Amino acid sequence: MAQVAHDAVTDADLGPFEVEDVELYHPKTFIGKYIWSQDAKVIAIQYGVTAIGIGLVALALSILMRLQLGWPDTFSLIDPANYLQFVTMHGMIMVIYLLTALFLGGFGNYLIPLMCGARDMVFPYVNMISYWVYLAAVLILVASFFVPGGPTGAGWTLYPPQAVVGGTPGTGAGIILMLISLCVFIVGFTMGGLNYVVTVLQARTRGMTLMRLPLTVWGIFMATVLALLAFPALFVSCIMMILDSLIGTSFFMPAMMAEGQQTAYDGGSPILFQHLFWFFGHPEVYIVALPAFGIVSDVLSTHARKNIFGYRMMVWAIVAIGALSFIVWAHHMYVSGMNPYFGFFFATTTLIIAVPTAIKVYNWVLTLWRGNIQLTVPMLFAIGFIFTFINGGLTGLFLGNVTVDLPLSDTYFVVAHFHMVMAVSPVLVVFGAIYHWYPKITGKMLDDTLGKVHFWMTFLGTYAIYYPMHYLGFEGMPRRYYAYGTDTAFMSQSAHVLNEAISIAAILVAIAQVVFLYNAVRSLTKGKEAGPNPWNATTLEWQTPHTPPKHGNFDELPSVYRWAYDYGVPGAEQDFIPQNVPSEELAAARAKGEGGQGEGGAGG
Amino acid sequence: MTAALIFLALLMGAVVWWLVRQTINVKPWVASAPQGAQLGAGLLPPSKLALGVLLAVITSLFALFISAYSIRMELADWRPLPEPGLLWVNTAILFVGSVGLQWAWRAAARENRRSLKHGLALGGLCAAAFMVGQLAAWRELTASGYLVAGNPANSFFYVLTGMHALHLLGGLAALARTVGHLQSGALSKARTGVELCAVYWHFLFVVWLVLFGLMLST
Repeated sequence: MAQVAHDAVTDADLGPFEVEDVELYHPKTFIGKYIWSQDAKVIAIQYGVTAIGIGLVALALSILMRLQLGWPDTFSLIDPANYLQFVTMHGMIMVIYLLTALFLGGFGNYLIPLMCGARDMVFPYVNMISYWVYLAAVLILVASFFVPGGPTGAGWTLYPPQAVVGGTPGTGAGIILMLISLCVFIVGFTMGGLNYVVTVLQARTRGMTLMRLPLTVWGIFMATVLALLAFPALFVSCIMMILDSLIGTSFFMPAMMAEGQQTAYDGGSPILFQHLFWFFGHPEVYIVALPAFGIVSDVLSTHARKNIFGYRMMVWAIVAIGALSFIVWAHHMYVSGMNPYFGFFFATTTLIIAVPTAIKVYNWVLTLWRGNIQLTVPMLFAIGFIFTFINGGLTGLFLGNVTVDLPLSDTYFVVAHFHMVMAVSPVLVVFGAIYHWYPKITGKMLDDTLGKVHFWMTFLGTYAIYYPMHYLGFEGMPRRYYAYGTDTAFMSQSAHVLNEAISIAAILVAIAQVVFLYNAVRSLTKGKEAGPNPWNATTLEWQTPHTPPKHGNFDELPSVYRWAYDYGVPGAEQDFIPQNVPSEELAAARAKGEGGQGEGGAGG
Repeated sequence: MTAALIFLALLMGAVVWWLVRQTINVKPWVASAPQGAQLGAGLLPPSKLALGVLLAVITSLFALFISAYSIRMELADWRPLPEPGLLWVNTAILFVGSVGLQWAWRAAARENRRSLKHGLALGGLCAAAFMVGQLAAWRELTASGYLVAGNPANSFFYVLTGMHALHLLGGLAALARTVGHLQSGALSKARTGVELCAVYWHFLFVVWLVLFGLMLST
């Protein structure tokens, strides 16, 4: 137990404010303020709305898939080609255009400047361009629904050769638009990412040391570093596949027959594509997970009224996970045939990455231990995340081992695993974060009852969807199949019943999201006034003079005196001390009270 | 994937080392008065740091291309293509461009407007000439039957040179913007721009040397 240092300090003791105040861009028109905006908060909302909008498309696609799987041959509008296109677009949209964009572009833009105590991102103009490039990427993606042949149906991994040659749906314009859209997305992201990294490193306010940053910022920061370094791998593979597809190079395409004809390709290596894709693809898991880790840490600490357990360990775990995530990629490729020593290496690194991840899970649980737990809606989602993430993480240990992975590969076990660990878990955090920060963003509270309905339907519903899938996977039910007939005759009757049940659960979960949307829109006008700091939180975004914060965030840039986790502080007037409150105020408050030695604040 | 891995291992090593140095022995739970600016006063200004990050991203991109190159090269159908002699001339031109911008950087530091203009012009013109030269090399190759889709070695040649040229094109846009700042007056405002352009030019020259060396040696 370390002691809080209560050195009495006044502002007069401090030197002049060394943080230069930046020249802000001043919008004059409605369009300048809300459309071509250079304010990170507006850009964040633009990112968020666009990402959620396209995410709803992906949600609808998943329902269409479930209709087909639950009640085969009932819905004539879904043919095998469509089904594959739905699978592909659902996956790609959810991973890249929803989760990556929402966590980094949305929450990153909103929270980084506020939490660091900056007025805005360091390059607001580039930040604005970043959003518009992202929007262009989304529009190109959407356009692929309307071209002849439709969007690509190659699966979100876009493996060649089937992504390029005939026989797969969408091998014409569909795959090209998908690849171009990804390239555009990466260019846009790089602009945003430069901003996030430089802002965190260079624009923190006075007193905001690296080790006083809220874990949210740490998570988003490290995820951005990963994304900046990993997205080039996707860029490289997209460029080379565009060339393979358009002008007939053979980077990835082997000599092969397609639809009864010899193609012009010769000698290319589909495995090369897999290496490049997963060199991006595995860090991508953590690009989505690390911001979730960070946000959930802050939500748990705030709503349990207790400091985060092991702050430093949490930071180092984020950094270690980030570094390790670059050397595990081939565990996605065990079945592609690799040198056993390679497999051993990647299985080992995969298991090693479980160590920092487990540290984080233990610390979340220990943060809750003997905390003053408030079961608010954000807290429900945060606790739901812990459960879901543990479940998804544990099945990852199965799949990380070569011998277990081989029989389970391409079954519904894999579908269950990655949905639990990198779909449901981050999405629960997204919802928790929205319920947590909506009051700051809009000034209104979201409705509590609707929020709880939303949580329980989503949480229990996703378990009803993905738990049975583990069993289906053990039974050998292959993924990405349109229908399960004679070639999967080994599947028991119960599997088909389960599929129907899963589909019903999926529809219920989708309906729950309508409840959420209704709540979000209704609360804009009808919500309870939130006030500046409804959760009694310590971080700087809750200490702004205006709610929602005005352009420029603060009247005068705050000085930071403490970390973000002074909750449940003995002797404090309230049970928390904001980051910008100096020690002398605390000392004075204590003098008024008992005046004893009751100081505390547990060490990390 | 060795090239990409080595680069990333070095980079992640540096990042982790820096972060651990910043964070070890710190007791975050201890409240205290802020001491000076936390901007890491010793660190670079934002635009220079941003360039550094951008260069890391571009290095990652080319390291991955090089990884792909070295994996694809091992396969049976690889037929090396004869690099046109013109590439040596282009290399020299790019070098002169880099020297030009270095000259401009020094002139900007000494507030010598005339040398600055000459340096910038030399850098810009050489970059443009380099790209024209690369285009001529492409034409030479196509004319002698080394088409893009003919062989993976050809494909990589066009892709790598094309990617490099695209990055140089972006640099030219930045250079034009800097010249614009210079025209509208303030030398102090343009100075950072000149410096960033010079660093970027040196970087692209080194990237080109690596790519050219790789293609020559294989």
